[in-house]
Amino acid sequence: MTTNDPAQSPLPDSVDGMVTQTPTEHAETPIGPTTLAELKELAGRYPQSRSALLPMLHLVQSVQGRVTTEGIETCARILDLSEAEVSAVATFYTMYKRRPMGTHHVGVCTNTLCAVMGGDEIFERLCGHLDVGNDETTADGAITLERVECNAACDFAPVVMVNWEFFDQQTPESAIDLVERLRAGERVASPRGAQITSWREAERVLAGFEDGRVDEGPAAGEASLAGLRIAQERGWEAPPLEEDSGTGRGGETKQEAAAEADTQRAEAETVAEQSPADVEGGADDD
Amino acid sequence: MTDVLTPVLTANWADDRAWTLAAYEAHGGYQALDKALQLSPEELVELVKDSGLRGRGGAGFPTGMKWSFIPKDNPNPTYLVVNADESEPGTCKDIPLMMASPHTLVEGVIIASRAIEARQAFIYVRGEVLHVVRRLRAAVREAYEAGHVGTDIHGSGMDLDIVVHAGAGAYICGEETALLDSLEGRRGQPRLRPPFPAVAGLYASPTVINNVESIASVPAIVRGGVSWFGSMGTEKSKGHTIYSLSGHVKRPGQYEAPLGITLRELLDLSGGMRDGAELKFWTPGGSSTPILTAEHLDVPLDYEGVSAAGSMLGTKALQIFDQTTSVVRCVLRWTEFYKHESCGKCTPCREGTWWMVQILRRLDRGEGQPGDIETLLDLCDNILGRSFCALGDGATSPITSAIQYFRDEFEAGLTTPSAELFPPSASTLFAATALAGKGAAS
Ligand SMILES: Cc1cc2nc3c(=O)[nH]c(=O)nc-3n(C[C@H](O)[C@H](O)[C@H](O)COP(=O)(O)O)c2cc1C
Ligand code: SF4
Ligand code: FES
Repeated sequence: MTTNDPAQSPLPDSVDGMVTQTPTEHAETPIGPTTLAELKELAGRYPQSRSALLPMLHLVQSVQGRVTTEGIETCARILDLSEAEVSAVATFYTMYKRRPMGTHHVGVCTNTLCAVMGGDEIFERLCGHLDVGNDETTADGAITLERVECNAACDFAPVVMVNWEFFDQQTPESAIDLVERLRAGERVASPRGAQITSWREAERVLAGFEDGRVDEGPAAGEASLAGLRIAQERGWEAPPLEEDSGTGRGGETKQEAAAEADTQRAEAETVAEQSPADVEGGADDD
Repeated sequence: MTDVLTPVLTANWADDRAWTLAAYEAHGGYQALDKALQLSPEELVELVKDSGLRGRGGAGFPTGMKWSFIPKDNPNPTYLVVNADESEPGTCKDIPLMMASPHTLVEGVIIASRAIEARQAFIYVRGEVLHVVRRLRAAVREAYEAGHVGTDIHGSGMDLDIVVHAGAGAYICGEETALLDSLEGRRGQPRLRPPFPAVAGLYASPTVINNVESIASVPAIVRGGVSWFGSMGTEKSKGHTIYSLSGHVKRPGQYEAPLGITLRELLDLSGGMRDGAELKFWTPGGSSTPILTAEHLDVPLDYEGVSAAGSMLGTKALQIFDQTTSVVRCVLRWTEFYKHESCGKCTPCREGTWWMVQILRRLDRGEGQPGDIETLLDLCDNILGRSFCALGDGATSPITSAIQYFRDEFEAGLTTPSAELFPPSASTLFAATALAGKGAAS
């Protein structure tokens, strides 16, 4: 029932076979030497190793299916932190799971725009169909269902995420069909992403290891192209960039801008009286 | 006059394999980098300053000026951090940009790093977008392989490393100082300012934090120049920008236009409201910006125009709701979001959002109590300006603005459930036919 292809298996000491187990009988894969080396590699990518903690926790999840006590201990040891410090971080972020996850994570966006466009109905129907509540895993261990916040795809609402890949403009029926195909281990591809592997394999990519699927899927979905298509139909363009083959029009910054700069500076000075962060921290922030 | 739509950032999104280095270079990609390498850091900062580019992450702070705050005499290294956390409800422009054309951002990162003399840059991308993370990592790898990143870039002597860093789910990490804490491997909680990031940011070193779209706008500015950029937009809100339309419109999506276009024009382009629908309310720039109504269709969508109308341009995330939608339901859901995402550091926001959710829940159920509306406004009053960061302020925007325009709907919440007044099924994408006869609900 898994779509895992051994060739895609993220790690020698990793998940194959594990995914068919139910969460309760889930035996944890220990953190082996390969994982240990990879955790250290992540720590080495940053000027200060602690910065690697979030990626390291993603890697722990990819190997162990959740953030385990062993994972916390290992990260703490590598980064020379206390376990309490690591644990405090792990509990702050919603993507880190302390309970064993299903093979696939299915996230239904129920933030306002998606909720109104049908996300609430989709979530309820999936709960009923899968016989689970929010943040629960199906009895067969195939799917963990979760309500998620705005996933930056509102123009494709209502949105469902599978292992953090987009499934756009869903209906209750299409969502049920989707989870059924996932459960049956059928090949499922995101219309704006890659073929679905598993939540664990997704976590490995998030941790910082490429999986060779970057060229799958399109550059953009239709909604992303809505304005561009209209512009193309009507022959609308931005003014030409006027490449100035090294004639010093980079120096345009000096002359041509002078006039504009007056207005700009007047405004700038007003703003500069506050510090940048005052302005950003103000109510007009997003 | 410029054209109604001016694709610059979005221009190559329909290209075959647009995310690859080859496709990007075929479109003139990395030419701006060559030009930027011939300019001094000071000249680059001046160029971006003079262009009038303002931050696209919500606050609209002039980008070049932010760069100019980096001290020259600080012994610590300087860092560039790109805010790719895009989590403000309604906002959906940076994610498609990085999915379709990650090299636009990478080229912007290199140029911006030169301007502020950073040798290390980070792209902090929210974790919940797997394919975008793939595309970013591959783009950075390709850029290294091509010599656009790494040591002695194009023989210029410039060195730069770029790390793509995936977050782990927390809206507050979009707030720039919380983002820095998160990037240091901590809980994402906002920092006390001063010191400001320009002086003591990442690792207590000088740091510039910019939104994806701000940084991605830089290569074209370098190529086109100040007057090119300024030929689009309005006097104080210069240039092109991406507007994101979502909700009850015929063609939701990304529309790149000069700053100052109106919602009326955008709706016209997107085929108007869905069949049988009338515009009821909308957000100009995400859920933290006060809602507007049909009376604001002709407001120029630039920083000044929207703020004169009592809201904020924010992230230009236009969430459009028609007459089938309950404003109380929407405000409740947004408030639940802020409560969920409140980092808990300060009392007004932590406690206030909790109380607001309790009250809104009973209003939504039709079980409101006399005085609930006043209590809500009081709570907002106590949060606005008194919380540690702008999340708290933002949480009050939907409530105060919705009560301003739709007070009667909140009053109805004393007796009638919102779902009775506005059956949710009529609002869904898959119920377009349910509209007939629903207009009476409002
Ligand atoms: C709660 C909160 C969330 C934010 N989320 C984002 C975000 O996801 N992306 C972003 O660019 N800016 C976000 N911001 C604004 C940033 O703090 C900061 O102003 C911005 O990244 C600066 O970039 P810019 O000057 O290029 O706009 C957020 C602010 C707050 C208060
Ligand atoms: S306003 Fe809210 S999110 Fe911001 S610091 Fe206070 S509790 Fe945290
Ligand atoms: S509200 Fe669902 S993606 Fe934005």
